[in-house]
Amino acid sequence: MKTVEEIKAAIEAAVPDARVEIVANPSVSGQHSLRLTPSRAIEVATFLRDGLKFDYLSNVTGVDWPDKEIAEKVKVTREVTKVEDGVEQTAQETVEETRKRVEPGCLEAVYHLYSMSLKQGPLVLRMRTLNRTDQAELPSLTPVWRSAEFQEREIWDLYGIVFSGHPDLRRLLMWDGFKDHPMRRDYVEPDDFEYEPTAHDDVLKRAEAHRAAHATAGAAGHEATGGEQ
Amino acid sequence: MTDAKLEFDAAVGAKQEGWNRPPVMEPSGEGGVLELAMGPHHPSTHGVFRMDVALDGERVIRLKPVFGYLHRNHEKLAEGMSYLGSMPFTDRLDYICSLTNNWAYALAVEKLTGQEVPERAEYLRVILGELTRVVNHASSIGFLIQEMGASGTPLMYAFREREKILDLFEALTGARMMCNYMRFGGCRVDASAAWLEATRKVVAGLPGFVDEFEQLLRSNEILMARCQGVGILRPDLAVNAGVTGPLLRASGVNYDIRKVDGYGIYNRFKFRVPLGDHGDVYDRFMIRMLELRESIKILEQALKEIPVGPVMDAKAKIRGFRPKAGEAYGRIEAPKGELGFYLISDGGPNPYRYRVRPPSLINLTILEDMCLGQNVADVVLIFGSVDIVLGEVDR
Amino acid sequence: MLGEGILKGLAETARNFAGSFVSAERLTTVQYPEERIAPIEATRDFPFLLYDGSDWEAGMRCVACQICEKECPPQCIYIEKSKDKKPDALGKPQFYPARFDIDISVCMSCQICVEVCPFEAIKMDTEFELSTTDRFGGLLYDRKELAKSNEHYHKIHPTEAAEVDARLAEEKAKADAKAKAAAAAAAAKAAAPVQAAVQVQPAKPVQPAGDLTAERETKA
Repeated sequence: MKTVEEIKAAIEAAVPDARVEIVANPSVSGQHSLRLTPSRAIEVATFLRDGLKFDYLSNVTGVDWPDKEIAEKVKVTREVTKVEDGVEQTAQETVEETRKRVEPGCLEAVYHLYSMSLKQGPLVLRMRTLNRTDQAELPSLTPVWRSAEFQEREIWDLYGIVFSGHPDLRRLLMWDGFKDHPMRRDYVEPDDFEYEPTAHDDVLKRAEAHRAAHATAGAAGHEATGGEQ
Repeated sequence: MTDAKLEFDAAVGAKQEGWNRPPVMEPSGEGGVLELAMGPHHPSTHGVFRMDVALDGERVIRLKPVFGYLHRNHEKLAEGMSYLGSMPFTDRLDYICSLTNNWAYALAVEKLTGQEVPERAEYLRVILGELTRVVNHASSIGFLIQEMGASGTPLMYAFREREKILDLFEALTGARMMCNYMRFGGCRVDASAAWLEATRKVVAGLPGFVDEFEQLLRSNEILMARCQGVGILRPDLAVNAGVTGPLLRASGVNYDIRKVDGYGIYNRFKFRVPLGDHGDVYDRFMIRMLELRESIKILEQALKEIPVGPVMDAKAKIRGFRPKAGEAYGRIEAPKGELGFYLISDGGPNPYRYRVRPPSLINLTILEDMCLGQNVADVVLIFGSVDIVLGEVDR
Repeated sequence: MLGEGILKGLAETARNFAGSFVSAERLTTVQYPEERIAPIEATRDFPFLLYDGSDWEAGMRCVACQICEKECPPQCIYIEKSKDKKPDALGKPQFYPARFDIDISVCMSCQICVEVCPFEAIKMDTEFELSTTDRFGGLLYDRKELAKSNEHYHKIHPTEAAEVDARLAEEKAKADAKAKAAAAAAAAKAAAPVQAAVQVQPAKPVQPAGDLTAERETKA
């Protein structure tokens, strides 16, 4: 099989304005991946399918990379005004400061490609969204590989990546009225997710709090399913 | 590539809409369209699965599968517990084939950490994996025939054999279905000589069972009339849609991960990959029948060659298992298709990302293409020929 | 000939039907609960706590290290560590579980608690007739209900129990040898200042406290 470097070169030769970045994988599996720019992803994918014969898209999945707060020490030079002998003087002073920087998070879609005709693989493709909130959009690869259809629906459902160009982007596993995306790492489960009274103290406490909150709201359905004896 | 598609569309009277999309079919205009929700508690759906079917008379003109009734967020659970803690949960994905699920997960973690698996453990994995395939294919044929209306009898033939194999599983792993047997770098306990002897005895009886099963079903005229030419899947579409396993091979695509990847020690064994010609329900039924025979061949070879030795990598850790940062995708040929696990480690005790690539779900996505233009009674049959377990579809 | 396949199949069914009257292998039905099939040794269902000797409270091997509680995938184990310590099988003072509950309505019989236990204190039982009318309290087992003797373990899993006992005996022998060596070294050190002037008394090994429990074990 071609190495990722060769594949990168082939892609860049075939799709001139596509930018491809190699993401090294430090583990012993040696499955390095290629990060595509979303804007040219469809062309690159079509080339991979028809040109390099990666005809089989096996696995599509999402990964959530939340915002990371990084604390780093920086040397800062600033101007300090001092009063010396009644005269105002400005002097340069270098201090070390701990600054907190927030590295913006993103959502990532990962595609594992194989070639059935050449019996090769895997080739790992990745695409990143701009952020995790309002610009979580990626092009859908469903027109190129049909197998992406339901797996991209699952990613939309569980991670909230909007796949533009997807023929039928609905929730797959959660129900239609569900609001959040539960596989995100900052997802908070609702207080009524588990009613079953077990000896877990915290579950019991949570169930009680939930019941107390809903008793006033008159949620008869919740009472019926609560069922503590 | 598109000629077959055009022919097919012309035959069912469909509009063209991209060669890998299901055709859009118009009702014939008489009598209107009947919208029917098959499931989630339909007895033929193997669990809780719903198909929203639009019928023009008896003919299916649209079919949308609806998933999620058995969703329990297996992947989220796995991200909250240790690598070892997810192992018993993998048993509950495809609960007919728990040992191959264990194997796929162990293989993915071994790819991530680079652990070595001792020789004897590899042989035990092959033996258990192929016994699982026998269990799965025999009962899946039984279910298929049951869905055709032959309620009980053929299924009981399959279950009689399955019972003997489950007893073997229990004697080795302690449980009949939720085996939780394989570990990262080997297997949990060693098989005794008595167990291997008992397995040899059961395997020696399997060819007789397959003969009997074939005699019972293969040339049955009713079965042929119901199955042949029903639910055809074109090979180009099957590849594009990511279909794997017996379903793909019945469409004539030679792709068996045991041969392609040769994971474990599969390249040591002599076996053939049966392929179908037509890609219809009958081909899928026959592929499973033939794969039963190939599995028996592998079992005989493995049971003859199994060496003595340890079954666990001596350096394997049970507590405090922390793979180095990185990612790995490991896959095996599970009885239902390609079962893959994708893991991202950030160096901590829990996986950062844990993903199951479920063959049942992806094989089901092609259901609409296979059912369009068929009669509603055949939907049950085509669905049965896909061979799914809802625990794996919804995770 | 049309229908030949069906006839072939029917012949097979007839053969099996007749066979079920003559072949003992095909008579698989067992009249439970009067009759039972022979138990399979490796069978597992729910965990129990092992104790040595006859007193479950004194002989309990569990030292409340809480590893199983942490590792349990469905989180069905609840342990409260004791405030005081009591001697374990090797005579070392150890904590013990003041509370040890397993909610077997949550337990999924995966055996991971057994694998991670460094003290051979928790094992899998084979008892499966556990139905109760109290869905919550009746399926929450406390440490008294969970405690089973080593003899019980030997009865249900003889091979495994023998291996465990051998391993424990070996560990104990090692610990004894170490204690002996340590005692000898201490005695030698104590004797050292006197040197050659007095005949060095052979260091009398201090009896390790663990022997008490060993005695109890052999008596039981």
